[in-house]
Amino acid sequence: MSFYLRRVAFYLVTFWAAISLNFLLPRLLPGDPAAIMLGKLRRASGGRPLSEETVQAITSILGAGRDMSLWDQYVAYWGRLLQGDLGVSSTRYPAPVADLISAALPWTIFLVGTATVISFLLGIIVGAWVGWRRGTRLDHLVPITTVFQSIPYFWLALVLVAVFAVQLGWFPIVGGYDVFEFPAGPEWSWAFLGSAIYHAILPATTIVLSSVGGWLLGMRNMMVSTMSEDYVVTAEAKGLTSRRTLTRYAARNAAIPSLAGFGIALGFVVAGSIVMEQVFSYPGLGKLMIQAVQGLDYALMQGVFLVITLTVLVANFIMDLIYGFIDPRVRHNG
Amino acid sequence: MSRAGRANGIDRTGIPVEAGVTGIDPSRRGEPVLTARDVSIEYEVEPPVKAVRGASITLHRGELLGLAGESGCGKTTLAYGLNRLLKAPALMTGGEVVFHDASGRDIDVVGLDGEALRTFRWSKVSMVFQGSMNSLNPVMSVRKQLHDVFTTHRPGMRRAEREARSAELLSLVGVDPARLSSFPHELSGGMRQRVMIAMALALDPQVMIMDEPTTALDVVVQRGIIREIMRLRERLGFAVVFITHDLPLLIEISDRIAIMLEGRIVEQGTAEEIYRTPSHEYTKRLLSSFPSLRGDRGDFIRTGVGSGAVEGGAA
Repeated sequence: MSFYLRRVAFYLVTFWAAISLNFLLPRLLPGDPAAIMLGKLRRASGGRPLSEETVQAITSILGAGRDMSLWDQYVAYWGRLLQGDLGVSSTRYPAPVADLISAALPWTIFLVGTATVISFLLGIIVGAWVGWRRGTRLDHLVPITTVFQSIPYFWLALVLVAVFAVQLGWFPIVGGYDVFEFPAGPEWSWAFLGSAIYHAILPATTIVLSSVGGWLLGMRNMMVSTMSEDYVVTAEAKGLTSRRTLTRYAARNAAIPSLAGFGIALGFVVAGSIVMEQVFSYPGLGKLMIQAVQGLDYALMQGVFLVITLTVLVANFIMDLIYGFIDPRVRHNG
Repeated sequence: MSRAGRANGIDRTGIPVEAGVTGIDPSRRGEPVLTARDVSIEYEVEPPVKAVRGASITLHRGELLGLAGESGCGKTTLAYGLNRLLKAPALMTGGEVVFHDASGRDIDVVGLDGEALRTFRWSKVSMVFQGSMNSLNPVMSVRKQLHDVFTTHRPGMRRAEREARSAELLSLVGVDPARLSSFPHELSGGMRQRVMIAMALALDPQVMIMDEPTTALDVVVQRGIIREIMRLRERLGFAVVFITHDLPLLIEISDRIAIMLEGRIVEQGTAEEIYRTPSHEYTKRLLSSFPSLRGDRGDFIRTGVGSGAVEGGAA
């Protein structure tokens, strides 16, 4: 149990450090992000003076506030954060950053998360199989999938769009759902879910295609080295069925290093899909981030970074717990 | 062969100083349980390595056959061949291995395939491997690894029965049954090897192949485990092929010894014959290469007979 407590404590500290860093960075930037931001907001609102509320929010998030000590700013920053107030976007004025992020996040998590999980499972299962049957024709799968991975992602995605969406017309070209059928935006209905899944198939396929090779190669090689371990020979000598030897003795042990990589990949689900969301105009977080960077929307940028940091931490935390569950050696030494 | 008839052996391990030199009475030898004839095994690499060349051994019921030889002489390869565990590039190029089951049925081991081979393994011939540190799966508890054997070979067994049998096996080899829940990294090297032996006993095999079971252990633990093996063998009556490069140890514990050199079995005989009247030049050299406790080469540690002096209990 103390293993889990130690992990929780470790992540709480990391969490605090990440948020504090997010507080410090804009204050260390040359120039005055808060002043720039306020100027942009004023322009975005058409020259009308900003409400006292907005000015306060921006200064507490991005710095400035000459009359406040750094410590007071820090306290105010935490106070805003805990209320879920991340400021107002200048590119999408007057939408609050928190609303923009919470609208974009489900799209990214749903699409990229699912694709990453599928890619991982596919790579591990096929990799285990190829490793088990090493030396047969199955080995050719390795270079084939690696080629897909080495093709630049945007190019692969564009080719797939050109072929399957534009020429064959099997899939929609852009977007996360059919905007003509659902002009009011996302809603909770089967029809909408169907539309969203239909729009997600092609982008998800590109992600899986471009990432499965790494999992497969890693798993296959671990599999080959695990299979020469004494305990696998023991399992075979024990007269276990080859299915049991494959799953319980070889594949299970071989998958452990891949799981660590999977934790990291999960953490980057939110951050790592910028190109995909750009190619498919997918309404996710990556697209939001590009908008923020292009429009120098500091508040939005900071909000997105915060979310990315948090997801990396949460994903690593979950993988840590699972890892301890799978590998008993970690539990005791951790 | 009756177990009582072998009671003599317990004393031999109990008083190891006098061990080995007691030859086994020919009338007490049982019928063969495992016969290997002209076994040849080749590693199909470039250039091909003939690891075992025309080796023939006969293992009798309840007997401990020692297989000695230097590193790389093909001992382990031969042992793997006996249980059909060879993997590419190793290939058995010739010879036959026949298992004479207690039921009277002869099993052609080389001809076994698929399911028949799987059920043959462990239930007739079990193995204890060289790497005592790695032959248990590091991420599975001892319980699961023992239960594995039963769920595969005895699908009718209930959970409670499996549990009881596993606990019984562990106590048989002198390990606390509470250790069932342990993971291999929580056990010492000696304990792991005992667990391996318990696992090898699980299905009451008629033959146990032990490939350097004590190599990685210090001499004290080694002695404890060897005694355990001898005791269990007396009690359960399985035959053992004991592979090691430690010839003095073999002379102490074996009924018969086969000496291997460059893939061939160059000499076979009772432990006493090998010890007193080695005929092959290599055996003589092997025997003379072990220094005595006093440091004179050719003087045998345990009895000193090699130099003519009788040192009885000196060790």
